[in-house]
Amino acid sequence: MSDLIQIAQQNILAPVGLGENDLDRMLGELTGQEVDAADLYFQSSRLESWVLEDGIIKEGAHNIEQGAGIRVISGEKTGFAYSDELQLPTLQEAARAARAITRSGSSQSVQIAGSPIANQLYAPLNPLPSLNEAEKVELLQALDREARKQDPRVKQVIVSLVAAQDIILVAAIDGTLSADVRPLVRLNVHVIAEHNGRREQGSSGGGARQSLDYFIQESRGLEYAREAVRQALVNLDAVDAPAGSMPVVLGPGWPGVLLHEAVGHGLEGDFNRKGTSAFSGRIGEQVASSCCTVVDDGTLPGRRGSLNIDDEGTPSQNTVLIENGILKGYMQDKHNARLMNTASTGNGRRESYAHLPMPRMTNTYMLAGEHNPEEIIASVERGLYAVNFGGGQVDITSGKFVFSASEAYLIENGKVTRPVKGATLIGNGPEAMSRISMVGDDLKLDKGVGVCGKEGQSVPVGVGQPTLKLDELTVGGTEQ
Amino acid sequence: MSDMKSRQLDLQQSVEELLQEAKRQGASAAEAAVSSDAGLSVTVRLGETETIEHTRDNGLGVTVYFGHRKGSASTSDLSPQAIKETVEAACNFARYTSEDDCAGLADPSLMATELPDLDLYHPWNQSVEEAIELAIRCETAARESDDRIFNSEGATLNSHNGLQVYGNTHGFIGGYPSSRHSLSCAVLGKQGESMQRDYWYTLARKSEQLDGAESVGEMAAKRTLARLNGRRIKTQQAPVLFQADVAVGLLRSFVGAIRGSSLYRKASFLLDQLGKPVFPSFINIHEDPLLSGGLASCAYDSEGVATSRKDFIQDGVLSSYVLDSYAARKLGMQTTGNGGGVRNLRINSGDQDRQGLLKSMQRGLLVTELMGQGVNMVTGDYSRGATGFWIENGEVQFPVEEITIAGNMKEMFLGLQEVGSDIETRSSVQTGSWLIDNMMIAGE
Repeated sequence: MSDLIQIAQQNILAPVGLGENDLDRMLGELTGQEVDAADLYFQSSRLESWVLEDGIIKEGAHNIEQGAGIRVISGEKTGFAYSDELQLPTLQEAARAARAITRSGSSQSVQIAGSPIANQLYAPLNPLPSLNEAEKVELLQALDREARKQDPRVKQVIVSLVAAQDIILVAAIDGTLSADVRPLVRLNVHVIAEHNGRREQGSSGGGARQSLDYFIQESRGLEYAREAVRQALVNLDAVDAPAGSMPVVLGPGWPGVLLHEAVGHGLEGDFNRKGTSAFSGRIGEQVASSCCTVVDDGTLPGRRGSLNIDDEGTPSQNTVLIENGILKGYMQDKHNARLMNTASTGNGRRESYAHLPMPRMTNTYMLAGEHNPEEIIASVERGLYAVNFGGGQVDITSGKFVFSASEAYLIENGKVTRPVKGATLIGNGPEAMSRISMVGDDLKLDKGVGVCGKEGQSVPVGVGQPTLKLDELTVGGTEQ
Repeated sequence: MSDMKSRQLDLQQSVEELLQEAKRQGASAAEAAVSSDAGLSVTVRLGETETIEHTRDNGLGVTVYFGHRKGSASTSDLSPQAIKETVEAACNFARYTSEDDCAGLADPSLMATELPDLDLYHPWNQSVEEAIELAIRCETAARESDDRIFNSEGATLNSHNGLQVYGNTHGFIGGYPSSRHSLSCAVLGKQGESMQRDYWYTLARKSEQLDGAESVGEMAAKRTLARLNGRRIKTQQAPVLFQADVAVGLLRSFVGAIRGSSLYRKASFLLDQLGKPVFPSFINIHEDPLLSGGLASCAYDSEGVATSRKDFIQDGVLSSYVLDSYAARKLGMQTTGNGGGVRNLRINSGDQDRQGLLKSMQRGLLVTELMGQGVNMVTGDYSRGATGFWIENGEVQFPVEEITIAGNMKEMFLGLQEVGSDIETRSSVQTGSWLIDNMMIAGE
């Protein structure tokens, strides 16, 4: 949308007196015989956060971040410099530093042109003023009251609210001129419950590329408060988790973090170009059981992991990664796509102007299967049913991944019985995926709280899956 | 006067102006911190330059108090106009946050008055070409050390110089420059079907104190090769030796559990343990914030309070919490000068190195890498993915992977048998390897 380009120019370029011809000129200075690609990335972000604790509004904070990153690529080499000052001389200095990656200099003229973007996945709104301060305070207090009234065992409630607006503009020597205005809101409730000297925690939350009204609509915020309390109370009754290999049934939604770790990272283009992933060179091979179809879809309206364009100006896409167990494709940014003779899949993302883009996930999930969830649980004689998770991690070379359950139950004779304490689950990506024997018909996406870290850069992502069963996975409890 | 000194004075002046601006806007008290960091990061891969990054990061954070109400704001833009807007934003928040009796600056009588030079700034004046050459030497040493090293994620050299300034309306202002340099390398090894990756790094404030480029590369290769053909082991209980670099994480969890914010929220597994045994009686844990050249040295904490050498564990007994002034007021105690955390924490070590500890253990699991975040700070429940080696007769038998280790940190701390002399010095939290009597290992 050229509207977005106008908004970005007004917010970032106009205040410092920069125009489109300045971008043309700067890009022109970045060109040269040895230069394969170069881009300018401008960013202006506003973020606001509120914290309620002990029943009072304890913290309120505002953050402004703006700057520009300049990247020059020659073959496999990348030169990068950035600045939080947007004055032309400072930017030119940064450009020279980035340009130093190649020796010869022969400036050519570059003409950038804004092209319309098909995606309109969220409104270009600013969520910060979407509720006034008094309304934000009331929202946090309402959640505190809701959590405390659920049960007298609730002893501590922490509610945090974050609203951010990120305006970006990217211009490249291939003629790209693109912009995006990205709202993002997130609300979390953390609860500690105490009974007979035992304390346990529960947490819940959600978010979207929306205004703050999102949390008031459909009573979403209140539901997070009730859910956090429910989890904490379940954990008060939890017994020690089992230790060893056993069948594991994962609930729908957030447990999709399994896919993010077990296959997602291993299918990012940079690792596969370099041949460092357990999935390298395996396109067309069976890498999961035939009931698995996994996609990375940046085009879901309003989702936390969705993007109109990625941070290189490429429109986001719905990319099939695994279809009926066969590896179909990788997630690419422009740099890795060029070196692998393929096209970007709109997965070039960066934490900010001060970071280099690389292939990253958006919303990664498994499509629904045909089993109903009760049938899946009934098929397990003794195993684990895990429905909520903390984070995970993967070693993409060996394929080993972990993810940590925060709410789980024993399955005994086909029935969900006692809750067990949190435990880490560990497996090998391709092996674990081949052991998925049943996939439910209840696909759910997570509520919008995911943060993915890679090489020190954090970006918002989404995950999802239907209920699914792994015939065997190692459960890291303490009970033999 | 050096450039850095004049830049420091400039930043101090910005902080002072900002504090005055906060007062003008009606704040009864205020504090501000500014940082400015510049650096170079080069990565080489397969003998060629991969990335050259010139980094430059500025940040300013301000907190204002209107009586007992508080507001904060931060910005990466240090222009006078942005600073003024940031102060306004912070003041605006203070109109909506609640009265909180415990909120406010630390007691003025506790402000640091001596600000010695702690020898933290040693810039490394190398060219981009020299940095690339060093990284190539490092990666080449790794790649040429063994035929099974078949691929590389590269070697990275980082060199950063920074300035920190903190001031508050008690009239305290402090600032200092510092430097930090590191060289890291990660390579891949292959044998049969097994493919593994591992890394190694060196880090110091002075470039002369970095390990040699070749030795970092060789260590990365050695660690990668040692992992090849790892297997799972049976689910069982066994003693576990946490190699020094992973034992650092356990010590950090201990610090997290005695931190004021965890305690007043009752979100710690070490509630009400002051004066009680938390570790065996041979354990002492102390911090030395004034250590010359230390990775976390500073004469004042994040509130301007004077820091001092102190014990947290004396003969196994918890002798102090980790408190800033807010948590201290919540708990009815005095700040320990630990705003911003602990500074140069160290556990006393025994006289055996890792090899000696393996002999002490005889049979069990040596853990060299942990995965995941399975640490519950409220209950102390611990469950994490692990990689390492199986030990019999005090010697390494074979590499182990795809297993978990689990226990409860309260029991793990009390079950600590020995701490090695092989101290991890690349961290501001320093320890040797930890031998823990018994944990549950989940595998086959």
